[in-house]
Amino acid sequence: MSGEKINIANALNRALDEMMGADPSVFLLGEDVADEQGGGVFKVSKGLSAKYGKSRVRSTPISEQAIIGAAVGSAIVGMRPVAEIMLMNFVTVAMDQIVNHAAKLRFMSGGQTNVPLVIRTTTGAGVGFGGQHSDMLEAWFAHVAGLKIVTPSNPADAQGLLAAAIEDNDPVIFIENIVSYGITGEAPPRGHRVPLGKARTARPGKDITIVTYGRPVADALAVAEKLSAQGVEIEVIDLRTIAPFDEEAVLTSVARTGRAVVVHEAIKAYGCGAEVSSRIHEELFGQLKAPVKRIGSKYAPVPFSRPLEQAFLYNQAEIEAACRATIV
Amino acid sequence: MTDSGIGSVSREQLSAIYRSAYRIHRNDERFRSLLSQGKLAVAYYPVRGQEVLSASMMHALRPSDYLVTTYRGLHDHLAKGIPLKELWAEFAGRATGTCKGKGGPMHITHPESGVMVTTGIVGSGLPIANGLALASQMRGEDRVTVVSFGDGASNIGAFHEALNMASLWKLPVIFLCQNNQYAEHTAYAVGTAAPSIAARGPGYGMHTIACDGNDAREMFAAARTAVEHARSGKGPTLIEAKTFRMLAHIFGSDFSYVPKEMLAAAEDTDPIPRLRKLLVELQMSEAELRGAEQAIEAEIDAAVEFALTSPFPDLAELRVDVLEAEITA
Repeated sequence: MSGEKINIANALNRALDEMMGADPSVFLLGEDVADEQGGGVFKVSKGLSAKYGKSRVRSTPISEQAIIGAAVGSAIVGMRPVAEIMLMNFVTVAMDQIVNHAAKLRFMSGGQTNVPLVIRTTTGAGVGFGGQHSDMLEAWFAHVAGLKIVTPSNPADAQGLLAAAIEDNDPVIFIENIVSYGITGEAPPRGHRVPLGKARTARPGKDITIVTYGRPVADALAVAEKLSAQGVEIEVIDLRTIAPFDEEAVLTSVARTGRAVVVHEAIKAYGCGAEVSSRIHEELFGQLKAPVKRIGSKYAPVPFSRPLEQAFLYNQAEIEAACRATIV
Repeated sequence: MTDSGIGSVSREQLSAIYRSAYRIHRNDERFRSLLSQGKLAVAYYPVRGQEVLSASMMHALRPSDYLVTTYRGLHDHLAKGIPLKELWAEFAGRATGTCKGKGGPMHITHPESGVMVTTGIVGSGLPIANGLALASQMRGEDRVTVVSFGDGASNIGAFHEALNMASLWKLPVIFLCQNNQYAEHTAYAVGTAAPSIAARGPGYGMHTIACDGNDAREMFAAARTAVEHARSGKGPTLIEAKTFRMLAHIFGSDFSYVPKEMLAAAEDTDPIPRLRKLLVELQMSEAELRGAEQAIEAEIDAAVEFALTSPFPDLAELRVDVLEAEITA
């Protein structure tokens, strides 16, 4: 490690740079991704069109179906496109390409083709973008066989997961969080990879397991520190790959602690946490000391007004209360 | 038809197109016959009336050129060169099919003959064709991509997004609209405000050709022009090839909504006898034509036999090809 500090946006840029430098079949396409248009609205692809040219860093028209379609078509003949959907809610207008084509072509072709594409997208509540720019929609994709869904919680994982996603031979939905771009950490070296499908123990603990991913990892760690001072040791599992998730890591941890709280930013009802919770109950029912608790955001469109938006979002107090409820 | 070149279509080319079209025609008929007999039970979208169009278009391509087509795709699949046995086996859901029986007639893929995607979602193939063409362009290959679709597909957003992007990026892609005058059960004028599909091309700054898809010479000349345009780096072409869907949208469904006079007119200009007549006029002997036609029957018999006696896929296939690694849960 160099000791250099980077944030998540820098880390993503480094992964794209490394992969584009290493493999001429890797290219970027999306709205405003080239430097002439700003290098991406969150600057994740900044400098890359200057380095690799506008043919490999393609700013596109506002045409999400055409963006994902072009990525699917080029991927099945061996290119490795990284398509950016500026904000996650905009995937709604490209769902046919993602769900009916990217996810299924490997299977429907009997393995003759595959779709090694990455769809980078960002989202997140708390910045006042309102109902159509803030949703966490990972559960939709998790319910479609054939897609992998990944989200990083720190710069090293961001770099390693994105590089691994680009190298992966399946379609990967790579979810970023607007609020998390500024999170800093030590820069990993070039060649750093975080394998897809493997969770990370963000903090070891013996009493309760929190299973989470993305932005709430930091909140879970904060709650763990607080309760540690009161003698409760929480293990925090960062899934990193939301689907298919690392069941072994989750079940091993919960088998040891006997208590689990599942946390995500997405609305709690029908969220990915329900699947995780259900798998824990199915496999470990007899060993659980308490029912699994779930924390997510409230069942409402993401509101605009700040107090409402904050009330909509999950928070640390709720995570803490859920942890305490498993002990009683 | 605005582009010239019809006169230069040779007898040999027309003869090859006829053999391909007749082969499509007999396969389509055999398929419907097996459905009627209950030997197969699948959703089937007949191609009757569109055989010459497809045979002419694909004859202008190389085997290495890419094709994206739709659920009404038997003519395109055969004309592009998918081996008959594997195609029939896939239609019958057998392990020996092009896609191991996992795709079916609506989802045929056969990369060896350039058939990269067959989609069951109207209009979805156009953006994917752009991607295939983009890959060729970025790699400096002179490969051309053709995407087939019907008149109905020109009313979905994907059509417009794809034409704009292809024109903007000068992609080597041919948008082949097989205007068969019906979008499922809706007549052209009931669902489409534009006077023609070709009228939509100039709005995207696109090289556009309108032609009679049921006339082999016109269709082949249009195809050849579009292919040369794409291969030489000049960019995409929209071809509106007029044809007529002589049967129902899906095999067995109601067809009474098509006016009797319209159907009679279509039968009078049936592209198969029309091309056969032209070949006779060009001094192709009856014996030669019959010989070619009869050879096809034996080939179909063998393919049907192969398909119906092939095994169904192993149930373990459910866990394979979902992701790269086999599903274990």
